[in-house]
Amino acid sequence: MSKKMKKICTAILILAAVVLIALFDNDMIGNAYVKRVLNLAAIYAIISVSMNLVNGFTGLFSLGQAGFMAIGAFSVAIFTVPAEYISSIFYIEPMAPWLAAIRLPFVAALLVGGLIAAALSLLIGYPVLRLKSDYLAIATLGFSEIIRIVFTQLQTITNGALGINRIPGITTMWVPFGAAAICIGIMLLLINSSYGRAFKAIREDDIAAEAMGINLSFHKNLAFAVSSFFTAIGGGLYAALLTSVDPKQFYFTMTYNFLLIIVLGGMGSVTGTVIASFIITGGLEWLRFFDEPLSIMGVEIPLFRSGLRMVVFSVLLMILVLFYRKGLMGQREFSWDGIYRWCQKIKAKITKPSGKSSDAKGGM
Amino acid sequence: MKRKVMAVLLVAAMAASMLAGCGKSGGGEAGSASGDVIKIGVFEPLTGENGGGGSQEVDGIKYANQVYPEVLGKKVELVVVDNKSDKGEATTAATRLVEQEGVVAVIGSYGSGVSIAAGDIFKNAKVPAMGASCTNPMVTEGNDYYFRTCFLDPFQGTVMANYCTQQGYTKAAIVYQNGDDYSTGLANFFKASFEKAGGTIVSEGVIQTNDSDYNSILTNIKAADAEVIFAPSSITVAGAFIKQARALGIESLICAGDTWENEAIIDVAGEAAEGVVLSTFYDENDASASDEAKKFVPGFKEYLGGDDAIIPAVSALGYDAYCVVIDAIERAGSTDGDAIRQALADTSDFVGVTGAITFDENGDAQKNVAIVKTVEGGEFKYLDTVTVTE
Amino acid sequence: MFRERYGIFMSMDIFLQHLLNGISVGSLYALIAIGYTMVYGILLLINFAHGDIFMMASYFMIFAVVDFGVPVWISLPLIIVFTVVLGMLLERAAYKPLRSAPRMSIMISAIGASYLLENLATYLFTGVPKGYPDIPWLTAVINVGNISFQIVTVIAPVLIIVILLGLMALVNHTKTGMAMRAVSKDFETARLMGIKIDKVIAATFAIGSGLAAVGSVLWGAKYSSVYPLMGVMPGLKCFVAAVFGGIGNIPGAVLGGIVLGLGETLLVAFFPGLTGYRDAFAFVVLIVMLLVRPNGLLGEKTTDKV
Repeated sequence: MSKKMKKICTAILILAAVVLIALFDNDMIGNAYVKRVLNLAAIYAIISVSMNLVNGFTGLFSLGQAGFMAIGAFSVAIFTVPAEYISSIFYIEPMAPWLAAIRLPFVAALLVGGLIAAALSLLIGYPVLRLKSDYLAIATLGFSEIIRIVFTQLQTITNGALGINRIPGITTMWVPFGAAAICIGIMLLLINSSYGRAFKAIREDDIAAEAMGINLSFHKNLAFAVSSFFTAIGGGLYAALLTSVDPKQFYFTMTYNFLLIIVLGGMGSVTGTVIASFIITGGLEWLRFFDEPLSIMGVEIPLFRSGLRMVVFSVLLMILVLFYRKGLMGQREFSWDGIYRWCQKIKAKITKPSGKSSDAKGGM
Repeated sequence: MKRKVMAVLLVAAMAASMLAGCGKSGGGEAGSASGDVIKIGVFEPLTGENGGGGSQEVDGIKYANQVYPEVLGKKVELVVVDNKSDKGEATTAATRLVEQEGVVAVIGSYGSGVSIAAGDIFKNAKVPAMGASCTNPMVTEGNDYYFRTCFLDPFQGTVMANYCTQQGYTKAAIVYQNGDDYSTGLANFFKASFEKAGGTIVSEGVIQTNDSDYNSILTNIKAADAEVIFAPSSITVAGAFIKQARALGIESLICAGDTWENEAIIDVAGEAAEGVVLSTFYDENDASASDEAKKFVPGFKEYLGGDDAIIPAVSALGYDAYCVVIDAIERAGSTDGDAIRQALADTSDFVGVTGAITFDENGDAQKNVAIVKTVEGGEFKYLDTVTVTE
Repeated sequence: MFRERYGIFMSMDIFLQHLLNGISVGSLYALIAIGYTMVYGILLLINFAHGDIFMMASYFMIFAVVDFGVPVWISLPLIIVFTVVLGMLLERAAYKPLRSAPRMSIMISAIGASYLLENLATYLFTGVPKGYPDIPWLTAVINVGNISFQIVTVIAPVLIIVILLGLMALVNHTKTGMAMRAVSKDFETARLMGIKIDKVIAATFAIGSGLAAVGSVLWGAKYSSVYPLMGVMPGLKCFVAAVFGGIGNIPGAVLGGIVLGLGETLLVAFFPGLTGYRDAFAFVVLIVMLLVRPNGLLGEKTTDKV
């Protein structure tokens, strides 16, 4: 495929996405439910890509996403909730006056959340990132739980267990999708820079990387901080989408959602992660019928009742991990050449049906 | 080889689910609000922390649907969604109800947190919602489209505080669940009322989510020599809490709010549950009950499959919530959201199972009576009726 | 959120009561922590599903005694057998196929297995808590002065000592134990020496799951409430206990469990204002420990092989 051709294809793809969002946004197609699911998927894409930056690209197994999300979510909640609602929301103990006096626009609150998360991640990352994989996983998980528990206790700041509601919501799809484009774009630039190459070197073999003169501590911290920053941005958008947050939502099991997304998309593939976030978010909604009683020709099938959906969800995760460990994309990225080759392969198969069929699973 | 088998299985599963999915939507899409059925959304937790209570509320709603299957000459179809006791899941589920399913009204949810989270979605879509047992004040405040059939936490806290003071207790301990808005809210209201009535709170304990060991909190309470322990919490916590308290030799009165009226608590705590006191919405043996209530008790017991089944208060509230909504649709004469909302707001002395229902300007049922029950001989027994007039 | 109501002064009997609570919860942590530490010692894997195996064992007991009416003394060995089978099945299904996969995949598989068990239990048994069958010789309350406790509170520490001695004998004086030690020292070399790795791993899972079952009986007698997520927090905390004591080290796991249980209880006892932070305590301890002494209290110093 020629370079020009690829550029045209990319342009068409972007244009199609823009037109589609515009159509959705003006209620020409779909409805608020579909829009909500898509918005959620876009936000999940930001968080999953930033998780992949640490887990897939740098090879550090971190399970702290829920905690950093909570920081971003509460930053947006605390700073953007309209002043007139504050006293009715904080009805058990009033909000700290100094905090109630600070009202920020949405974008500023997002950035504040991101910066706080990044700063905290440096604080915790500096000592913790020396740990080996499993220890790091459990330490980050523990850290995320500590954040959640602290938030539950800070009654005058986060309203404790009651959480904050009446957060001004997201009114247009351009916000989550625009934010996703910007955040993922920045992370892509980082991954393709010399820093990104250092990350990958650390992933492949940290001792060799160090021998090559890569500063392990600096790069690990960089990846961790950038990831935390964007996770918090995603958390802030999430809060605005839901218009209501409480600490319980950010229980560590929330991180598992993103883990599933990056496993499905491929550890170390940005485009895979983005595709997977849409598949998983949409799929989880689509799987809802598993929870509803089902009758075929008047006979109630007792298997279908609430809870089945999550069982199916976890079985899929297990199948993925056990049999399709590379996920959709492995460590590859989406490219027009890949699509082209894939089409060629299919074509070859159709014209030559007796060919080997064992290698049926092609990339995209 | 293994991989191939897996692939075949996966494809088979996909195909099966696809078929199932089609069957489902084929049945569902036939009736939108304009068709020959009227859809009412049931927004309840069926799994997660509050899955148990939510299922009981759904039972009441489903039974009500069986008793009154029609409105405006059309069949009523219930669309049940599981909000998983989780706010994120709840808002998506709520959007699904109003947008995808096109329901004309919503009933639910058990648990105030999810109701508050979904409130704005119903409000913006102009779909009236009827809470059955969500007792937090924030649910209806500032939301013209949210109503509820139960009393509120401040009221409930006052009821129990008054009951305790009347019994002559002056030293109370409160225990609440970390991260649970119902529990934290109610404990605080109790504290305020109890202190206002001249009592003192001698100890405060916080229970952790998913933790089973309450001994250290209880030992503190024992040391503080509390006469009453007020411990509103989810049923997951309640049984174990009571049992551990008694095992530590604490003989104080243990009391809580409406969530505790659940057989699971007696099942878990066994004999230790004897003497526990709680406030609730409804008593099935109330002699002064309306005809509606007298009809409801045997009918619902049969629906649950047995005379010995006890009727949870939330089921009765769910039943009432459904009936009020149906009544309002009938009076509105249309399925328009605003018309139903107006009809609901105009509801006056609707005779329900849990008492007469009239909504105040917030959309809360004006109920000033609570039932106090105790556990005796492994059953919930009526103890007292408490009326609070502000 | 609330101020402390009283200081750190308390009467002797209340202090003893707290101490007793701490030791008894610590012993339960220790029982579960042993399972973690043994699996980690051999596979270098955090068996995230260990807490959920413990949860399933509790449900097995309810089924045996409540639903099928099997007497308690028969159910006890029965549920241990069932739990052991479940643990070995889990190892076969979720861990064995990934023996040569990257560490991260195995961990994700462990998380997935744990998530699956939790969701399956929610689906099958609903989220409504069930009561654990009453075992009078464990749950009866004893009063000594102003101190009250259940018999299980005393049995747990005694049992843990017996089990510890038994395990030490097994690891140090039997062939299986020798194989276990060999595998944990060097996986590949052990294989070359003719040790059947899969058998050793299966045996490890069997012992770990069996102890989880024993733990579940004591836990059920003490806390009596059984629900699908009951294994989550004990699971995490017991892993912390195992790390604290020095992962891979059995006496370390016991020590870690007891220290953690005591620490948590005494935190609430002396600083009632901090009860809200109780769960955070375990994680703070974990992070501090990993920084100060990553090999744990009793762990040996290991060097990384390049």
